[in-house]
Amino acid sequence: MSNFFKETDIDTSQAEAIVTETLKNCDDGELYLENHKSESIVLDDNKIKSSTYNSDQGYGFRAVTGEVVAYSHSNDISKESLRKSSDNLKDTLKSKKGTYNHEIPKTNSKYYENINPIESKTFDSKIDLLKSVNNYLRSKGSIVNQVTANFLGEHKSIEIIRSDNQILKDDRPLVRFNVSVVLEKDGKKETGVYGVGGRQSYDDYLKDESWKDVCDEAFRIANVNLESKPAPAGEMKVVLGPGWPAILIHEAIGHGLEGDFNRKKTSAFHNLMGQQVASEGVTIVDDGTLHQRRGSLTIDDEGTPTENTVLIENGILKNYMQDRLNARLMGTKSTGSGRRESYKHVVLPRMRNTMMLSGKYSQDEMISSVDKGIFAVSFGGGQVDITSGKFVFNCTEAYEIYNGKIGSPIKGATLIGDGPSILKEVSLVGNDMKLDPGIGTCGKAGQGVPVGVAQPSILINKMTVGGTKL
Amino acid sequence: MIRDQEFLKDIASYCIENSKKLGATDVGIKVIHSVSENVSFRNKKLDESNRADSFAVNLTTYIEKKKSSINSSDLSKSNLEKLIERCIDATKITPSDENNSLPDKDLMSKEIRDLNLYDETHYPNDKKIEFLKKVEETASTDEKIVNTEAGFTENKNNFILANSNGFLGGYKTSNFSSSCVAVSRINGAMERDYEFGSTRFLQDMMKPEEIGKIAANKAIKKLGPKKIKSEKIGVIFDKRISKGILSTLASAISASAIARGTSFLKDQINSEVFPNSINIIDDPKIEKGLGSQNFDSEGVETNSLKLVENGILKNYLIDTYYGKKLNLKSNGRSGGTTNLYFENGDLSFKDLLNLEKKFLYITETIGHGGNIITGDYSVGASGFMVEDGELTYPVSEITIAGNFKEMFKNITLANDLEMKYSTNAPTLLINQMTVAGK
Repeated sequence: MSNFFKETDIDTSQAEAIVTETLKNCDDGELYLENHKSESIVLDDNKIKSSTYNSDQGYGFRAVTGEVVAYSHSNDISKESLRKSSDNLKDTLKSKKGTYNHEIPKTNSKYYENINPIESKTFDSKIDLLKSVNNYLRSKGSIVNQVTANFLGEHKSIEIIRSDNQILKDDRPLVRFNVSVVLEKDGKKETGVYGVGGRQSYDDYLKDESWKDVCDEAFRIANVNLESKPAPAGEMKVVLGPGWPAILIHEAIGHGLEGDFNRKKTSAFHNLMGQQVASEGVTIVDDGTLHQRRGSLTIDDEGTPTENTVLIENGILKNYMQDRLNARLMGTKSTGSGRRESYKHVVLPRMRNTMMLSGKYSQDEMISSVDKGIFAVSFGGGQVDITSGKFVFNCTEAYEIYNGKIGSPIKGATLIGDGPSILKEVSLVGNDMKLDPGIGTCGKAGQGVPVGVAQPSILINKMTVGGTKL
Repeated sequence: MIRDQEFLKDIASYCIENSKKLGATDVGIKVIHSVSENVSFRNKKLDESNRADSFAVNLTTYIEKKKSSINSSDLSKSNLEKLIERCIDATKITPSDENNSLPDKDLMSKEIRDLNLYDETHYPNDKKIEFLKKVEETASTDEKIVNTEAGFTENKNNFILANSNGFLGGYKTSNFSSSCVAVSRINGAMERDYEFGSTRFLQDMMKPEEIGKIAANKAIKKLGPKKIKSEKIGVIFDKRISKGILSTLASAISASAIARGTSFLKDQINSEVFPNSINIIDDPKIEKGLGSQNFDSEGVETNSLKLVENGILKNYLIDTYYGKKLNLKSNGRSGGTTNLYFENGDLSFKDLLNLEKKFLYITETIGHGGNIITGDYSVGASGFMVEDGELTYPVSEITIAGNFKEMFKNITLANDLEMKYSTNAPTLLINQMTVAGK
């Protein structure tokens, strides 16, 4: 039984009948129903700047035959609206004939609890904590120029009704807690940002005053940046720290290994399956099954259970990430990577938690081997052109390395590289793999989905650093 | 199709009345309905069709100086009733802020002018398909083009904005957009480029052949790029990206960034920020303009503003809340700029390219490397080398870096402004930026 038709003029079996009738000549498709509650509470400039509660519900009806996707969505869950969508889908696919693939794997695993983080912490206590954050950071001295802190919490319930009257369900909590601080010293201003989150309640991340660690880290980064010098410009060796810098992996190769770009042959990786694309010590996986992680999913947005997909094993390209459509057209199976931002969006193959696994070297060994280069500890965002393979990411905390020693901090600079060749330049893989703190959102085709990354420290032989100092 | 004003007004009034009944002293609300139809093609075959029908309610309730908001897509009165209650409960326990308020009554928009923002023409999907076939046929004539994607989207919107001070206004808008992405290949290496058109009226849309041809030519020209040596050099920004300079300016002069002290242009009002030949205008009342509006997102009247006059920063972008913080009246920029543009420079495109023997001409940047607080800028880039006024070879895998304060002072504009987006700039040169390459 579906939970979505209670206060509507249609019941579950009537909806199932419309789905079955609409998809009878299609290869695949489903009715996806979603109820999404979210909140955002922001403290800024010593005030509660905004408190917003969002309540959104709707459906996305999809029919797929061959390569063609017909999609219709609405927030009006009613007989008339579903019929109209059904007509629209049938009209688009009227000249096509497919055979519905009923096969979908089952799972008993669950990677997070069905809790609603918005309701599991009182509004008052959230406001109080934001005020404590403000007071705590401002007590660090008049150097603190601006403090912003916010809670972002959501609960999403989804149902997938397939043509064979199968209903697949998932309930997904997600939270994020962010702190940003601006420091001012001698007329110079710098920012530090840090956050934590995942698929649990807020208090799992903030208890025992651990919110102070988040504040301290944001303050530390801003303080380091106050001392920063102009970054160098040109090609040099780069040591990346563990954890969040793995957005390099996400941008440089992750997007290029998504099934759609390879099926369409627009990815720089489309003809490299089975070939050496990275140095021998490099193994990269995309794992949707890590407990309570931001990028984890019990089932993906097509109902396929997620898995731990090996993308690159000891340097050899092993798998792409697939949704059902691209898997079918490429003669393989979905890897549980079919995701959508909401009922308003079509499914695309996407990353979950993308991780480079540990090697055997220490970070010290890497740094001491570098004559001239940079050590990058934290990043802002990144971006990639999957066709040319060129990718960038922006340092938010980085240092010069001279003669094997860490030197002065340097200003935020963009690093640019070439996806298919960068992993061949990885000469040392560290023994210190770390997960990111749970703050990543990946954008593709206008859709944002929560993701995670992880990596150990790595040494890259050659990358272009986009500073101003020649 | 699109719901009428009466339907939206009814919901707005219901929400205002109910909020007041539950104790709100002030209420602001927006009710929106939009219908969008999109068709996309890939390699001359239908790839996707997508129809969207969406409602949204954005409600803000005030109790004296306390404020809270809710957003919902479900317009049923039973749902709205529950959400209004929740909103009022949250408002009651949110700390008050002396700057929270509806806009001053005398600043509100008094009349709605027809700015020609709505074309009721419906372009059926069959027509969209014909259009896209032509786009892709022209895009794929050259054998170096190995992949094409094209899309056509039609949008119709209607909205009502209202508040408890008696303001109520809204109107329909439409948008037609079409794009083509072409992938070219030579010796196993690929490049991608695109062309895009967006208009209020269907009849103003670019010809499909034009869209396809431009995308293909651009993708072919990019083949076989070189990475250049790191150096200081004059950088010319193609029109597709020169508008980004204006977006940066808009962020830096928003009242929020100024009031919070987080802008590299803080305290620069009435100072010279650009060379004295430069004027920057934000005009909301352009007929058929993609950024045109009768009033801002709070209902405040908006009129044309000279943001920069003869190089001097003349105005911030002010909303009610941050205006109060700065002791300034809202100038109708809640929600940001409208149709923002540089007035044309003196030089033709050709003359600009001939100013020096050698330039770097950038057609695309990637990454989000601009810092509004410090003004530091560093992004990935690709484009062409310019030697003796001619584009000689494509360049990629480089970065360009500088600081906006310096970059703004070293801008030279060409005279080829086109109103293609809501923010528009002519081709522009920034003297001396650092390019990092080999």
